Amino acid sequence: MAATEQDFLDNPLGKSTTLEDVLDGFEFLDDWEDRYAFIIDLGKQLPAFPDDARTEENYVHGCQSQVWLISYYDEASDKLYLLIDSDAMIVRGLAAMILVALNGKSPRDLLATDIDELFERLDLFRHISPTRGNGLRAMVGKIRDIAAAKTAG
Amino acid sequence: MSDLSVANTATSKAFDVKAIRQDFPILSQQVNGKPLVYLDNGASAQKPIAVLDAMDHYYREMHSNVHRGAHTLGDRATAAFEGARETVRSFLNARSTQEIIWTRGTTEAINLVANGLAPRLKAGDEILVSHMEHHANIVPWQMIAERTGAKVVPIQITPQGELDMESFNSLLNDRTRVLAITHASNVLGTINPVAEMVSQAKARGIITLLDGAQAVPHFQPDVQALDCDFYAFSSHKLFGPTGIGVLYGKTAMLEAMPPYQGGGEMIERVSFERTTWNVLPYKFEAGTPAIAEAVGLGAAIRYLNSFDREAMEAAEHALLERANQLVETVPGMTIIGTAKQKVPVMSFKIEGLHPSDIGTLLDQQGIAIRTGHHCAMPLMDFYGVPGTARASFAFYNTLDEVDQLFTALQKVQRLFT
Repeated sequence: MAATEQDFLDNPLGKSTTLEDVLDGFEFLDDWEDRYAFIIDLGKQLPAFPDDARTEENYVHGCQSQVWLISYYDEASDKLYLLIDSDAMIVRGLAAMILVALNGKSPRDLLATDIDELFERLDLFRHISPTRGNGLRAMVGKIRDIAAAKTAG
Repeated sequence: MSDLSVANTATSKAFDVKAIRQDFPILSQQVNGKPLVYLDNGASAQKPIAVLDAMDHYYREMHSNVHRGAHTLGDRATAAFEGARETVRSFLNARSTQEIIWTRGTTEAINLVANGLAPRLKAGDEILVSHMEHHANIVPWQMIAERTGAKVVPIQITPQGELDMESFNSLLNDRTRVLAITHASNVLGTINPVAEMVSQAKARGIITLLDGAQAVPHFQPDVQALDCDFYAFSSHKLFGPTGIGVLYGKTAMLEAMPPYQGGGEMIERVSFERTTWNVLPYKFEAGTPAIAEAVGLGAAIRYLNSFDREAMEAAEHALLERANQLVETVPGMTIIGTAKQKVPVMSFKIEGLHPSDIGTLLDQQGIAIRTGHHCAMPLMDFYGVPGTARASFAFYNTLDEVDQLFTALQKVQRLFT
């Protein structure tokens, strides 16, 4: 099954689940168990990912687990929609955090978003190994490349 | 002679894991607010004070280049360096120190042999490896096969993770030139029946190499009894420093191979008309070697020799036994690799959980394991998994740490349900 425009628009992350929700929910969790339980739950909100999109072209290199990422750009509204998939649940949760911050924005707004600042506010890196931090950056890098291509065009 | 030269400790110390842990300073730290439980020994083992001190002492008191200084420090460094070679010779029961080549590790040792044998290989020749090899014992052979037209052929394994001896027997043929297999599997823990395999290969004139990287931390091989042509291992998995390893080779085999790298140390005489090679083992040791690391490895082996190795093996076996018994306390957990003869390595999967999730959440609890493909992708394909989680034990691990691993795994599972 191929991804339809509706699949992208139905993604709740960044829409009905907002950055404020995540910040409110996550920021004051001190215990590692609670933080990870939160991340894992957030990952469960990732919409289904089309099987036929798990291709080399959509693969995000640099992650310990398998990660795929696709996008849909709606010219009329100048908004970029994203879908991410992974076989590891913590990675799904981290991907969901990224989507909450970046999904459904205009490419220009997306590029202006300081995602590192968000991660720092969430104190994510303290709890995440450098290898996983690299995976996060790889996902963000791929999204920014897509957005940059739209603004250039 | 310096105090770093070979000295066999007369009496073996009793096996007391509490006392042993005091010898490894790194083990007494906290990680993520929890006492460190280090179960990633198969990737790299920790170093006892004896090794740290030997290297420190070497640099403070005797460092100089080896084999050439016309001065006292050079003599001391050379004595320490060659003393370490003798320690390794004795550890492997090799006939002579000229059979002990320093390399950067197992990987370089196998590359050295693969390149050295390349001139003897031709199109249609077969190099027999197994389906459970580390990439280090696959890729160097593939590279040589590419150059020579030879073929790399894998011996099949059983679902339990043992070599399929029927497959081995059926693959041995007149074109087989090399048998290169692991003594113990880094993923499955399986100890392979290498003596029997080497003997069958010898009967057909096949050159044999054993990858001992995962074996030597757990038991002492006897290269004369095994009768293999080559045996390779790394220092850092044997409680010694990184950056050095060993290639044992039978003298005749090493003599027949061309040098691996050119440079200083490996030559007898250099001229633009004709350069001749140094004698063994130096022919294969171009450039200034890792002297302090050799000294450190020697100290690691002497440290191990100070214990009753049988008691050590029994203690390690008890760790694996305990782990096996506790598997049923984690629903959905399956061990990958259930061979009868195993080193204390436990690869596993838990239904519904990705290995990287398991690793991350164990790390939060201070427990270090390895997750991923373990540089053995063909083996992952065989079991149809993207990777495994692997706990690998050393003699300094305790039964209590095994219990902590399983308590932590139960917690991981609760987080996901």
